[in-house]
Amino acid sequence: MSLEPGTELAVQRYVVRRSDLVRYAGASGDFNPIHWSDRVAAEVGLPGVIAHGMYTLALAARAVATWTGDAEVLELGAKFTAPVVVPDDDTGVEVEVAGTVSSVEDGRAAIALTVTSGGQKVLGMPKAVVRA
Amino acid sequence: MPVDASLVGRTFPPTRPHTVSEEKVRELAATTGAVWDGGPVPPTFPIVLAFEAMNAFLADVGIELSRIVHGDQRFRYERPVRVGDVLTASLTVASVRSIGGNDIIGTTSEVLDADGSLVCATSATLVHRGAA
Repeated sequence: MSLEPGTELAVQRYVVRRSDLVRYAGASGDFNPIHWSDRVAAEVGLPGVIAHGMYTLALAARAVATWTGDAEVLELGAKFTAPVVVPDDDTGVEVEVAGTVSSVEDGRAAIALTVTSGGQKVLGMPKAVVRA
Repeated sequence: MPVDASLVGRTFPPTRPHTVSEEKVRELAATTGAVWDGGPVPPTFPIVLAFEAMNAFLADVGIELSRIVHGDQRFRYERPVRVGDVLTASLTVASVRSIGGNDIIGTTSEVLDADGSLVCATSATLVHRGAA
């Protein structure tokens, strides 16, 4: 695909279930119990078990890979501004990743992302820069 | 107990070398539903190193992982991670602030290859939730 400034990229949707968090914990080594134990999440004052911020960012990175045909990523980052609460059920919760090419210069394409769950932004200023 | 501000500027010893294996890359990619076919390593891979460095830091300063919420994470890549890389990460405490009973700990980690060349520089903000 061509990366032209202003291009809006097709929204990518991912369903996140509790089992995905367990799988991500094992793969990443992040065994913080707030990502799998309702008891511990409640003890530290969270609204429930929440997705790893890095898991949500990994979904955003997957969207970038899909849009760009696996372009080399030069920068990636976000603030984890709102928790993605993942219920212990079979339905899970949906995370939506939208993106717009914000600039292309010097062989670098910046993609401004919007990552939401249940209509609420969950990442602050998520951004990826890929080699154009 | 608040985090000691004198930690600012301290760099912790590097993690033990991690040899990037096809199996680990496949495992991490699969967490987002992607099927890794030998193409680029997902850009979030360095979190495996950065998280290990963070765990060692938390253990050293006596902070319980369950009291940490991830505030943000940014990656800047010098080059993509490749299967076969032997990587280490060293964490430096960049800042410590206290807001509303929480400690906001800014960290940077450098992920180096076996030659000592920078592969990825990453920064993370860790929110240490004080006891209620």
